[in-house]
Amino acid sequence: MSSHFLGNSCLIENVYIASAGLTAGMVEAQGPLGQKFDKTYEDHYCGEDSFEKGERKMLQDALNFCLQKAKKKDKDIDLYIGSDLLNQNVTVSYLMRNIARPAFNVYGACSGFALSNALAALLIEGQCIDNVVTLVSSHNATAERQYRFPVEYGIQKKDTTTFTATGAVATLLTNKPTNIKVESITLGRIIDYKQNDPNDMGRAMAPAAYDTLMTHFHDLNRGFDDYDQVVTGDLSQYGHELLKEMLAQKKIYPKNYDDCGCLLYDIHNQDVFQGGSGCACSALVSMSYFYEKLLNKEMKRVLIVSTGALLSPMMTFQKETIPCVAHAISLEVVE
Amino acid sequence: MNTNEYNRMAEKMKPKGQCLKHCMNAFLYGGAIGIFAQIVLEIFMNIYHCSEKEATPMMIITLVFIACLLTGLGIYDNIAKNAGAGTFIPITGFANSMSSSALDSKSEGLIFGIGSNMFKLGGTVITYGIVSSSLLGVIRYVLTLFG
Repeated sequence: MSSHFLGNSCLIENVYIASAGLTAGMVEAQGPLGQKFDKTYEDHYCGEDSFEKGERKMLQDALNFCLQKAKKKDKDIDLYIGSDLLNQNVTVSYLMRNIARPAFNVYGACSGFALSNALAALLIEGQCIDNVVTLVSSHNATAERQYRFPVEYGIQKKDTTTFTATGAVATLLTNKPTNIKVESITLGRIIDYKQNDPNDMGRAMAPAAYDTLMTHFHDLNRGFDDYDQVVTGDLSQYGHELLKEMLAQKKIYPKNYDDCGCLLYDIHNQDVFQGGSGCACSALVSMSYFYEKLLNKEMKRVLIVSTGALLSPMMTFQKETIPCVAHAISLEVVE
Repeated sequence: MNTNEYNRMAEKMKPKGQCLKHCMNAFLYGGAIGIFAQIVLEIFMNIYHCSEKEATPMMIITLVFIACLLTGLGIYDNIAKNAGAGTFIPITGFANSMSSSALDSKSEGLIFGIGSNMFKLGGTVITYGIVSSSLLGVIRYVLTLFG
């Protein structure tokens, strides 16, 4: 095995990205990256009769686009690793019952994109299997319903609230060389900075993102300068500022750091509070904007740190604080 | 950085609340609803010649109907986003909490969906409304014994 773990990080040598399928909702379509998605929908139902079925439809479409681009059939895939926000990961499970192939469900809240891709990369790098499709989805209406209030409930939201992104991304990872490879991964630790406001996830997750970033840099002896761009998943405006302040206290002032929650939307003109959140947030931005930049060789190496707040409404009502996690994955152009 | 230091830093950088704007909005929207309700009440009393006792519940029903209709049309939450307490405190807020819960749960059917979830948010108001009115009733009864 050519890879080796250094602390919590691992350099990856033989894992490549073959294709990606992206679908997104209406608000995302109106955002700055709207043109880069394969398909967008006009409402939360996506032509189905419930929000949950709509989310599944979105994920199915993303998978179809991904396989179509790679000229593969769903039966050609060795393993599917899926991550979504709903209880019991129903979006992925109910989709996979139509595809008779092995599937893992993983839950890492909004860190699902990096988590599922990191797992896939480890399995392929270990020569256990040849190809994996990772499935990531989140949906504003299903998530609001499960984590917060009914969709049509009229309430004034806090200024620190983030907006769950509606979208689904399927990514095909393989051991056959392509133009872009997964270069390294860092597995995150669960960090709890005793935050208890479910309407302020940026503040809860920033310390987890900081921990994973620092671990990644320490393990691989790197810094911000080794990347063309470093992005966090869904800290959004406030969390993003907090992380920059934490870095500033260590005398680190990165110019190439941004947050997917701020990139997915035009946060000053769209009604998304502090910016985007949800599994789809980092997945959509990474596999549209950054994937394209890498394909065009405008960037050589990017680091994606997907952040997740591992809360449940039940735990919040029991006055528990919010544990958070961040996993990192770096993508690089193959020379 | 420990938790206390982080909290201190986070509090300092927190997005500035718009308390004054929210208060003004709540006052204006809530006031507008109040004026509208008074107009409806006057219409029932003066045009349809109802007594005030009859007209009040009819006015309340009218407001509840409008709030439910706007919720169903997806307009209410857009108004409430700016109005805040202005639409939350009047009876319209209660109507919206019930109709939005009902709408949300319609995919789970009549019994386990709408029937059991309709009071998900409004239930608290009813429970503690009954509890507090019972308590007040007891207090009133005790007071009448002495005086």
